[in-house]
Amino acid sequence: MAIIERPVDVPVAPTPTATTNFGYLRRPVETTGWRSWAFTVDHKKIGIMYGVAAMFFFLVGGVEAFLIRLQLASADGTVLSADKYNQMFTMHATTMVFLFVMPMAAAFANYFIPLQVGARDVAFPRLNALSLWVFIFGGVFLNTSWFLGGAADGGWFMYAPNSSVPFSPSNGVDFWALGLQITGIASLVGAINLIVTVLNMRAPGMSMMRMPIFTWMAFVVQMLLLFAIPVITVALFLLMFQRSYGATFFSVEAGADPLLWQHLFWIFGHPEVYILVLPSFGIISEVLPVFSRKPLFGYPFVVFSGAAIGFVGWGVWAHHMFASGLGPVSVAVFSVATMAIAVPTGVKIINWTLTIWGGKLWFTTAMLFSVGLIVQFTIGGLSGVTHAVAPSDTQQTDTYYIVAHFHYVIFGGAVLGLFAGFYYWWPKVFGKMLSETWGKWNFWLMIIGMNMTFGPMHILGLQGQPRRMYTWTDYRAGEGFFNGAFWNMFATIGTAVLTVGILCFLINVWITHRPGSATPVAPEDPWDARSLEWMSTSPPKPHNYDRTPIVHDLDEFFHRKYEDIGEGEEHNYVRRATGAEVIAEEERNADAHIHLPAPSYWPIVLAAALPIMAYGVIYNTLLIVAGAGVAVMAMFGWALEPADADPSDFDPPPTDPATGTELANV
Amino acid sequence: MSDSVIADTIKDAVDIVKDHADDVHDHDVHAGDVAAGHDDHGAHGGHHSSLGLSNTKLAMWLFLGSECLLFGGLISTYMLYRNRHSANLGPDQLWDIPFTSASSFVLLTSSLTMVLAVSAATRGDLRRTKIFLTVTALLGGLFVAGQIYEFTTFYREGLGFTTSLFSSSFFTLTGFHGVHVSVGIVMLIALVGMLSRDKVAGDNAETVEMVGLYWHFVDIVWIIIFTLVYLIPA
Repeated sequence: MAIIERPVDVPVAPTPTATTNFGYLRRPVETTGWRSWAFTVDHKKIGIMYGVAAMFFFLVGGVEAFLIRLQLASADGTVLSADKYNQMFTMHATTMVFLFVMPMAAAFANYFIPLQVGARDVAFPRLNALSLWVFIFGGVFLNTSWFLGGAADGGWFMYAPNSSVPFSPSNGVDFWALGLQITGIASLVGAINLIVTVLNMRAPGMSMMRMPIFTWMAFVVQMLLLFAIPVITVALFLLMFQRSYGATFFSVEAGADPLLWQHLFWIFGHPEVYILVLPSFGIISEVLPVFSRKPLFGYPFVVFSGAAIGFVGWGVWAHHMFASGLGPVSVAVFSVATMAIAVPTGVKIINWTLTIWGGKLWFTTAMLFSVGLIVQFTIGGLSGVTHAVAPSDTQQTDTYYIVAHFHYVIFGGAVLGLFAGFYYWWPKVFGKMLSETWGKWNFWLMIIGMNMTFGPMHILGLQGQPRRMYTWTDYRAGEGFFNGAFWNMFATIGTAVLTVGILCFLINVWITHRPGSATPVAPEDPWDARSLEWMSTSPPKPHNYDRTPIVHDLDEFFHRKYEDIGEGEEHNYVRRATGAEVIAEEERNADAHIHLPAPSYWPIVLAAALPIMAYGVIYNTLLIVAGAGVAVMAMFGWALEPADADPSDFDPPPTDPATGTELANV
Repeated sequence: MSDSVIADTIKDAVDIVKDHADDVHDHDVHAGDVAAGHDDHGAHGGHHSSLGLSNTKLAMWLFLGSECLLFGGLISTYMLYRNRHSANLGPDQLWDIPFTSASSFVLLTSSLTMVLAVSAATRGDLRRTKIFLTVTALLGGLFVAGQIYEFTTFYREGLGFTTSLFSSSFFTLTGFHGVHVSVGIVMLIALVGMLSRDKVAGDNAETVEMVGLYWHFVDIVWIIIFTLVYLIPA
C-alpha cells in the first residue's frame, strides 16, 4: 500500500495494516528504504530502476568497446587475446542492444506512457515489476559468464557453426542463449502491458490521434516486440537444444540448414533495429517542437510513417543475408523492400526539419542532442541505402563499413535520442535541472567523439578491414589518406573523446544530485512544454494526476496555457496561464479516494526463479526443478493475491485534526 | 456424469447455438461492465477502458498473437526438416493415424466442455462451471497421456530426440505443444480449486473465459499441427 500525502479539508491519519496473504507472506507496506523499491509496482519507480540498470550496462558495454578499440589502435595489438577479443565484441553488442538501448527505451516508455495517456499506472502494475526484475536478473545472469569460463564469442548474431560446441566450447554461448531468453520474457511481458495501457487506459478525450508522439512511437515498438520476441525465442530454444541436449538443428554435417538460424535471427533482428531506434524518434519528436516553439510538423505523417516502418520492417530481414546465396529473386525483392523502407524514415526527417524551419529555436542540451540525431542518423541512413544495393552490399558485408553504418544509426540515432530524453525529462522525473554547461560539454564531446570513432570506419571498411579481425599488420595498412594505421589510431582517440563526453553526463548527474548540491528545485514547466505529462507535478505524485485529465487537443498542456485569438485560418496564440497555474488548478480539483495498486513480493520472486532454472540447464538438472518450484510457488502466490490491497485497508481511518493531511491509502 | 448433467449439457449446447448472437452481445456488455466496475473501486480510479474491452482480455489476445509466432517458428522448423531422417524411421513408418486421430478428438472435445464451462460461469452457475472445468482438465490429461504413450512408442522403435533432424524438430514442436496443454491443465485445476474456495482475484466469469481463450488457442494449434505433421504425407 503506497501512502500518499495530500492536503484535504478533513484531516485524518491512518496506520497502514499489513494484510496477510493466504498464509504465504504479508504484503509489503514500506514506503521508504530499499523495500519500497524492490517490491514497488509504481511505474515511475520501475522506470527509474530500468534507467539506472540500463545505464550500468551502458558503462559495462562502453568498457568492452574501449578494450576493442585499444586492441585495434595499433598494429599487432596485444591488449586482448583472440579469444578474449571475440568475447569482447560479442558481449559489447549484446550488452548495448539488449541491456542498454532496449531497457533504456523501456525506462522512458514505462515512465512516460502512463503519464502521456493520462493514466494512474500501467494496465498490469505487478507484471510491470516482473518485467523489470526479469530484465535485471537476465542481464546479470548473462554477465556472470565472464567469471564462469568465458563469455559468448560468436558475434551478436551468433551464426552457425560458430555457435556450436566444437567452435565455442566454453559455456559462453549457453549463457548467451539462456540470458537472452530471460530478457526476452521481460520484453514480451512489458510489450503486452504497455500495449494494453496505450489502447485501454487513455484518459477521457485522449483519442489515438491526440496521443503524444513519443507514446505513439513507443506503442509501435511494443507491437514489434510482441511479434519479434517469439521468433528469437524459437531460435534460442533450438540453439539451447543443440548445445545442451545434443540436437543438430544447425549442424551442416548432420544435414541441417545453417540458413535456418540466419532467417530466424533476422526475422527478429531486423524489426529489432526499429525497436532500438523508434523510441528515440519519439523522444526527439517531443523535444524539437518544444524548443522550436512550433507544433510538430505533420503529426499524422510522423504517426503513420512510424506505423509504416512497423509493418515494412517485417519484410526486409534478408538484406542482412545477401552474401549467403539466397538467389536472385529473393535478393531483388529484399533489395527493393529495403529501399522502400527508407521512404517513411525520410518522411520523418523531413517532418523534423520542417518543425525546426521558421521556429524560434532554443538550443538547450536536449535540443542539441535532437538536432544531432537528425544529422548523424541521416549519415547512417545514407550508408544504409548503399547496403540496399545488393552488389554494393556484397562488397561491404563483414567489413568495418558495416560497423560504421550501424553505429551511425544506433549511436547517432538511438543513443543521442535517449540523451535528448535525459536532458528534456530530467526535471520532470527528478525535480531538478541538469546543468546546461556540463550538458553542452557532454553533447559536443559525444558528437565529436562519435564522428572521430565511427567516421574513419567507413574508410577502413572500404579499404577491406574485416569486421571482426582481432589484429592487423602494418604491411597491409595501405598508404596516404587511406592508411589504416592512421585511421585506426584516430578512431581509438575518438573513443577516448566519446568516453570523456559520457563521463561529463555522469558528472552532471552527480553535481546536480550530490548531497548539499546548490542546484535549485526545477520549475514545474521549465521548457514551456506541450504534452500532457507536464501537467503533473515534478516529480509526479504517486497517483500521477490529482484529477484525471480530460483531453481536448493534441498538445493538451499547451492549449491550456495558450489561447488562440487568431481569426479564421490564422492562428495567434496568447499566453493565458503558466504551467504552474494549470497544475495548481488541477490540484484544487483533486479527485477523492484515489486507489493505487499495492506493492507485491511476487514479481521479484518469480523473476529470481528464471536464472536459477537457466543455471540448471548449464550445470545441474536439479536446479531446473528447484527454480521451477520457486516459479510455481510465486505464480500461485501472485494469483491468490488481489491486485489491490484488502478493502479493509481503505476503511476511513481515525480522525486526527493535528496533522491537517489525509494519508490516502492508495 | 449423472444423467441430469448430460441433459443439461445438451440443453446448454442447443442454447448456445440458438442464442449465439445474443450470447456474444451480452457477453461484451458484461466485459465492459466489469472494467468499469473495477475502476470504480479498483486500481485505476476514474478511468473507463478506452476500447470497452477489459485489460485482461486484451492482454490475453495479445499474448496469443505472440504465441502464433512462436508456433509459427517451430512449425517452420519442422516443415524444413521433416524429410531429413533415415529410411526406416520417418513419418510413414511411425505414424499411427487412428490413434492420433482419437487423441485429437479427445482434445477437441475438451474445447466443447470448455465452452460449456465459460457459458455456465457467465450464468453464474458455479457448480456446473467447476464440473465442466474438471472434465476439460481430464480430457486434456487424456490427450497428454496419449502423447506420452506415443512418444514412448516412437522411442522404443528407435526414434530418440537426437536421432535425426526430423526427430528433433518433431519432438520439439509437439513437446512445446504438450507443455502448453499441461500448463493449461494446471490452470484449469487451479481454477477449480480457487473457485471452490472463492479465492479468484477479480471476476469469476472473466477468469474462466481467460483460461478458456488459452485452452481454445492450444486446441487450434493442435489442429494445425495434426494436419501439417500427421495428415499431409511427407
